[in-house]
Amino acid sequence: MKRTPRDTATSQRKISRRGLVLGGLQLGFAGVLGWRMRQMQVEQADEFRLLAEENRINMRLIAPARGLIFDRSGIPLAENAQNYRIVIVREDAGDVDAVIDRLAQLIYLDPVELDRARKEILRRSPFVPVTLTDQRSWEDIATVAVNAPALPGITPDVGLTRNYPLVEDYAHIIGYVGPVSDYDLARIDDDDPLLQIPKFQIGKTGVEQKFERELRGKAGTRRIEVNAAGRVMRELGRDPGVPGADIQLTVESRLQNFVEARLAPALSAAAVVMDTRNGDLLAVGNAPSFDPNKFVRGITVADYGDLTNNIYRPLSNKAVQGAYPPGSTFKMMVSLAALDAGQLSPGETFYCGGYHKLGNRRFHCWKRGGHGWVDLEKSLEQSCDVYYYELAQRVGIDKIAETARRFGHGERFDLPMSAVSAGVMPDKAWLRESYDQPWRVGDSLNASIGQGYVLSTPLQLAVMTARLASGTRIEPRLVKSVGGVELEPKGLEPLGFAPEHLRIVRAGMNAVSNSRRGTAYSSRIEAGDKRIAGKTGTSQVRSVVVRNQDVPWEERDHALFVGFAPYDDPHLAVSVVVEHGGGGSSVAAPIARDIMLYALHGTLPPPESYPSSQRSRIDQFLSELELRQDFRPTEGSGRA
Amino acid sequence: MSYLEHNVKLVPTGPSKILYLNWPLALLLSTVASVGFLMLFSVAGGSLEPWAEPQMKRFALGLAVMFTVAMVPIWFWRNMAGLAYGVSLALLLGVEFFGETGMGAQRWIDLGVIRLQPSELMKITLVMILAAFYDWLDIRKTSRPLWVLIPLLLIALPTYLVLRQPDLGTAILLVTGGGIIMFLAGVSWWYFIVVIGAGIGTVSAVLSSRGTDWQLLKDYQYRRIDTFLDPASDPLGSGYHITQSKIALGSGGWTGRGFMQGTQSRLNFLPEKHTDFIFTTLAEEFGFVGAISLLSLYVLVVFFCVVSAMRNRDRFGSLVTMGIGATFFLFFAVNMAMVMGLAPVVGVPLPLVSYGGSAMLVLMAGFGLAQSAHVHRPRSR
Repeated sequence: MKRTPRDTATSQRKISRRGLVLGGLQLGFAGVLGWRMRQMQVEQADEFRLLAEENRINMRLIAPARGLIFDRSGIPLAENAQNYRIVIVREDAGDVDAVIDRLAQLIYLDPVELDRARKEILRRSPFVPVTLTDQRSWEDIATVAVNAPALPGITPDVGLTRNYPLVEDYAHIIGYVGPVSDYDLARIDDDDPLLQIPKFQIGKTGVEQKFERELRGKAGTRRIEVNAAGRVMRELGRDPGVPGADIQLTVESRLQNFVEARLAPALSAAAVVMDTRNGDLLAVGNAPSFDPNKFVRGITVADYGDLTNNIYRPLSNKAVQGAYPPGSTFKMMVSLAALDAGQLSPGETFYCGGYHKLGNRRFHCWKRGGHGWVDLEKSLEQSCDVYYYELAQRVGIDKIAETARRFGHGERFDLPMSAVSAGVMPDKAWLRESYDQPWRVGDSLNASIGQGYVLSTPLQLAVMTARLASGTRIEPRLVKSVGGVELEPKGLEPLGFAPEHLRIVRAGMNAVSNSRRGTAYSSRIEAGDKRIAGKTGTSQVRSVVVRNQDVPWEERDHALFVGFAPYDDPHLAVSVVVEHGGGGSSVAAPIARDIMLYALHGTLPPPESYPSSQRSRIDQFLSELELRQDFRPTEGSGRA
Repeated sequence: MSYLEHNVKLVPTGPSKILYLNWPLALLLSTVASVGFLMLFSVAGGSLEPWAEPQMKRFALGLAVMFTVAMVPIWFWRNMAGLAYGVSLALLLGVEFFGETGMGAQRWIDLGVIRLQPSELMKITLVMILAAFYDWLDIRKTSRPLWVLIPLLLIALPTYLVLRQPDLGTAILLVTGGGIIMFLAGVSWWYFIVVIGAGIGTVSAVLSSRGTDWQLLKDYQYRRIDTFLDPASDPLGSGYHITQSKIALGSGGWTGRGFMQGTQSRLNFLPEKHTDFIFTTLAEEFGFVGAISLLSLYVLVVFFCVVSAMRNRDRFGSLVTMGIGATFFLFFAVNMAMVMGLAPVVGVPLPLVSYGGSAMLVLMAGFGLAQSAHVHRPRSR
């Protein structure tokens, strides 16, 4: 092909021209690329850097050690016990099934647990440790450790779980912890990231629940660098977090243990022991009780069914939840109302002929034959009902209710236990609001002997007794200190009743326990300086009086007793309610007397405290109680 | 034989040719390749293995290939163009039948010594055959329809085979590269205007028909187009790569995290960190300064090619040099646009930096052609 020089020159010009156009276009595109780099790396750099950090850095939460709970003398009640686990890392194990088979020859592995673990192993990344089994004994761990060469990928591991060393004694007070559930998350408004940890344990009931925030502490964090597969490359930093605050209760563990043991034969009962000087609850007993540790480890359906189907309701904290007609233990309230209203002089007498007539209706005294002429002291001593019918008619329900409320009836005390009940302290307004009914005089007569609409909790009865004994507005308290900070007792100011009136009522209670005709005379304390003064109560569950032995358990009367001691210089108040237990004087009073003696002595009392005729029988009885001996001291508590 | 019309006596002969090489271009290429070694060393976690050292050996081989090709007179290569194109096409067909599958696409043919990607080879041989064609063609016929059809066929054949593999990136490079040669050779503007116009018309017709009665594609095909154009709509699928790539790139900032300090590539968030996405590692570790520097190096390479071509009065040499420069440009432009989220993800490596054998060897051979054209350019007066 021949080509003229002219052609070549033309082509050359064309290539140059088009080359310049192309070069220009290329430069332009390169400019766009450079502009984009600037935009991303200079203008949006911070944004991208943040995204990169999110990519790279993972925050792992470190669960803080949960705060411990101690009794008033430092005995641990809730601690963090070491939980020995065996974990497996798939990529280290190689043949997972072979390794697990070998492990199963050494220690027992639960098939169900193992099945779950196998599934989890397959689901997780190969480098993630999966728990094969937990709550193992130290022997199992040692066995695994010794055989480590034959068990690649298997490592013993230790974690912390909640443990309640005193088992049943504190089940109702402290409650228990359990894994956080969706229900919990929906119910509690808490954005603490710890709650997002699977199986993170939070307080479910009792002190564990009410002081959840304090006990939980603050999550620590580990900042770790991860790669795209989630494998941890290195730790960048660590914030250990803040461990939960320790909580000290006012409860005295030996007394609490005695109360629980003493109540147990009564089938379904509750008792409260309170220090009248500062409101400290020294014991809050319930029968029957349960083992909270079962809930921590995951209670079986069968065990849970046993607890919920039990007619004695072991899960119920009757001492603060149970609302019972207070029966005759309410009579002090009526007396004081009348005295305070100035409508009764202590020496004034009424005639008890066995019943009180209101219109054509008869209100009976428990003593069919009547008490004859009765003054205030005798009315308490022998628990004459007619006397109180007269007083109720005279002062009216509103004055009685007002008085009783100042003693704690109808009040929901702010205590860190679950479902604290307010009971019922009725008056005219209450009946109108609640039932849209007018209050009738008959209602007042029923209320005057602690029947009818009146409902009180054992806690309220103990508070009432403590206020009677101390003359102050003393408030019950369960927690002595949180995180080392002491809480002040509340309600030390006077109650506002004339000391003389209180003294008269206390004298009547003294007569109940210490005069020969008193309803609780057989449950007296012989030692002169430790005398108990109290009041029995037998509240009817149904209206027709039949002998208790003839009716089914749930229709029998409730047995009640409230008391304080020592009579001359009181510092302890006690209340006992035995559900459907029968008579207050025969069932509740002896329990209260035993509890009071134990509380006064700090241990089992000397036999001289009992009336001589009862000593051998009571000795026998007390020695058969299974009392705990091993109270661990403060040190050696299980904080990791 | 256009050479005879020039003063051939001035063309250097023998070993003295070495002095007439385009040394600045060779130096630039070595600098770019060194950046590649550095980055491969870094993404391997500070190790020559498994990428940096083989890459160095390959580049040494590539340099040798370049010099060898440069020593051979450019008219020899022009005469070889038809053969080279034929062989490449045959190899592409061979891949179709005997190829091994690599990364989900049939691209390799195992020659025993080296695993060759015929599609890479084709990028250069297509440039050669088109340049030779226009060198041969009477310049007045350049824009006649029949004479336009022939180069179009030359482009379409390999493009079809490459698309079957499927290798969209190479197909785009072939079509655009071929088109650029045609443009440089002087094919009328109108052809380009019509083709580009028709392309835009088709795309907009397809897209605007969506959801109407005369919808041109099936719904799933539209969804594929969606994720192709906007990977962010599928953040864990195809969008993952590009999202991570942008994060790494953007987090570099002005000066980067420092050599070997790039967290995103080190921690494997970046996919294909040693091949197609290696630019993000560089951008993360050396920041805007590093990225713009590499871009400048690339632009300089193209600039030297353009200058060399414009000073070359030999039509074949000029077109080949320009074509190689344009191919090189397309490589890095498409790759950078892709990792910066300006273009959809198509498999195009960063030239001379990404880890990969045949791409580098073929590119170096191409620059050998450019060098040969430079050395053997006609000199007059």
